[in-house]
Amino acid sequence: TASGAMDKEYVGFAALPNQLHRKSVKKGFDFTLMVAGESGLGKSTLINSLFLTNLYEDRQVPEASARLTQTLTIERRGVEIEEGGIKVKLTLVDTPGFGDSVDCSDCWLPVVRFIEEQFEQYLRDESGLNRKNIQDSRVHCCLYFISPFGRGLRPLDVAFLRAVHEKVNIVPVIGKADALMPKETQALKQKIRDQLKEEGINIYQFPECDSDEDEDFKRQDAEMKESIPFAVVGSCEVVRDGGTRPVRGRRYSWGTVEVENPHHCDFLNLRRMLVQTHLQDLKEVTHDVLYEGYRARCLQSLARPGARERASRSKLSRQSATEIPLPMLPLAETEKLIREKDEELRRMQEMLEKMQAQMQQSQAQGEQSDAL
Amino acid sequence: MSKGFPETRTDAAMSELVPEPRPKPAVPMKPVSINSNLLGYIGIDTIIEQMRKKTMKTGFDFNIMVVGQSGLGKSTLVNTLFKSQVSRKASSWNREEKIPKTVEIKAIGHVIEEGGVKMKLTVIDTPGFGDQINNENCWEPIEKYINEQYEKFLKEEVNIARKKRIPDTRVHCCLYFISPTGHSLRPLDLEFMKHLSKVVNIIPVIAKADTMTLEEKSEFKQRQESMPFAVVGSDKEYQVNGKRVLGRKTPWGIIEVENLNHCEFALLRDFVIRTHLQDLKEVTHNIHYETYRAKRLNDNGGLPPVSVDTEESHDSNP
Repeated sequence: TASGAMDKEYVGFAALPNQLHRKSVKKGFDFTLMVAGESGLGKSTLINSLFLTNLYEDRQVPEASARLTQTLTIERRGVEIEEGGIKVKLTLVDTPGFGDSVDCSDCWLPVVRFIEEQFEQYLRDESGLNRKNIQDSRVHCCLYFISPFGRGLRPLDVAFLRAVHEKVNIVPVIGKADALMPKETQALKQKIRDQLKEEGINIYQFPECDSDEDEDFKRQDAEMKESIPFAVVGSCEVVRDGGTRPVRGRRYSWGTVEVENPHHCDFLNLRRMLVQTHLQDLKEVTHDVLYEGYRARCLQSLARPGARERASRSKLSRQSATEIPLPMLPLAETEKLIREKDEELRRMQEMLEKMQAQMQQSQAQGEQSDAL
Repeated sequence: MSKGFPETRTDAAMSELVPEPRPKPAVPMKPVSINSNLLGYIGIDTIIEQMRKKTMKTGFDFNIMVVGQSGLGKSTLVNTLFKSQVSRKASSWNREEKIPKTVEIKAIGHVIEEGGVKMKLTVIDTPGFGDQINNENCWEPIEKYINEQYEKFLKEEVNIARKKRIPDTRVHCCLYFISPTGHSLRPLDLEFMKHLSKVVNIIPVIAKADTMTLEEKSEFKQRQESMPFAVVGSDKEYQVNGKRVLGRKTPWGIIEVENLNHCEFALLRDFVIRTHLQDLKEVTHNIHYETYRAKRLNDNGGLPPVSVDTEESHDSNP
């Protein structure tokens, strides 16, 4: 029959995506997002708006006099978001204190170090003996907030971006974009794009859409790409103006800015591109490009003469791990893992022997019955 | 208004007194006089009118300085305040001027006239302030400039042959622009105000306040001691309710600069120009300048610095 013939040719691996999908749904999804930029640009409000959370409810913003001596800190907040049966474990990395001081020289170094430490941890895990449960704490995306009040990128912005652009996916946004009239927004975006090019800063490139997508989709995609950096406004308040439907926005005496109105700001674009379509791609680029680059640089520095000697001399100190990041675990842990593996091998060997014995037994019985 | 003049008041300062303009009386009033020996009207009260006329002829100086990070709308605001293009400002957004590496002081003078009164307005801009990665001591060039103007005035004052009217280049008012981040003052703001409030009148202004809702504005102000003006500036006009108004047009509404429900620009303008212009000048002269002068005299052992021909006074300048 025709269907029979079809069955013969149908191998069935087209179902693989479904299998992967089911597996990832079961496994859950990890994502680490860093938010950076000087204080007061609406970062926390935007994150709360994007993910409909209240992650920053208990936050205390210190007074100016306290900030006089504040140094930059790195803060991590985790939240589990579930939607449509998919669980996402979102980790947010904050950089309070950035750009606050009178003297901000080198204030980006702790951030760079943090990003590299995650790579280093992953490199060790990857090269280690127990690879079952590698936790991926690498930063998959950095939302960098640019002030709408300046004339483009400020010297501090340029310094930060140049320090991290080869280590993390950068998505630049203009915060508090309701400060700008439409023409000003366009001019500012163009200025920023020009400056990024001039300074040789590589931001995250949203991939080209497939050639078999329809024209509408392609046009929408192109429009979205042109609106980078996204000019965003965030709000967790719902404005109910009598008569009109309730919207999330900011109410002023002269009107209400609607967060989800594409004519008012690019919030929807950002949410669509960042969360709805490119979350996975951001992870892949982090792994395939940024992490690989880090790994290659590390291993190459090992290949240099003298590097091996230094490595063997200072195996156990964490300090050296930063300079020559060999995935060296402390001896005790290594030995423990070796012992565990030995145990496993022994058990497997026992099972094998048992099975062999059983087979021999059944063979012998068979012979007996034959003989009978 | 005329209390507490020091003895050393110069002719120049005297001629710059502008009392509140009063409608000229149609008929000189007969004074209810305590001195009953006066049998008729003398006409002394017209002295105010005479002073006014003189002032209108000579005009007066006003020097306003603007300080703040680039892009906070300083130039636009000054232009809006004085309703003229008195501040240097790029006409388009694509300003090719680079941010200077150190703070520069740029003074531009204009003569503007209103109701027969001439004002020589000088706007002193301070590009580069707060724009670098390391802004340590970036207020020093500003403090130096302000003191230099006091020094100039002092030298003229102690000259043997003095000019009839000493040109007054002293900074009468410093508008300090705070970024509208909505949290509180930044460390740089505190540092600036700490150092400069001793030498000049500072008026803090929250610029580009159209991103602050009413709640945010009141929250911010509650945290400070002084009351910064939350302002919006513009040089573009739009049609609102049949009137042409200065404002900013956004997709969600038109922000009217002079509408008190929208921002406090009108309050700032009234404060600086309509009611306290003279006060600002007097405080500058009577307090800040006198402080500087006293300090210089003390440094010199109680003697006034010698006139401009010798260089001695220059060296003792801190």
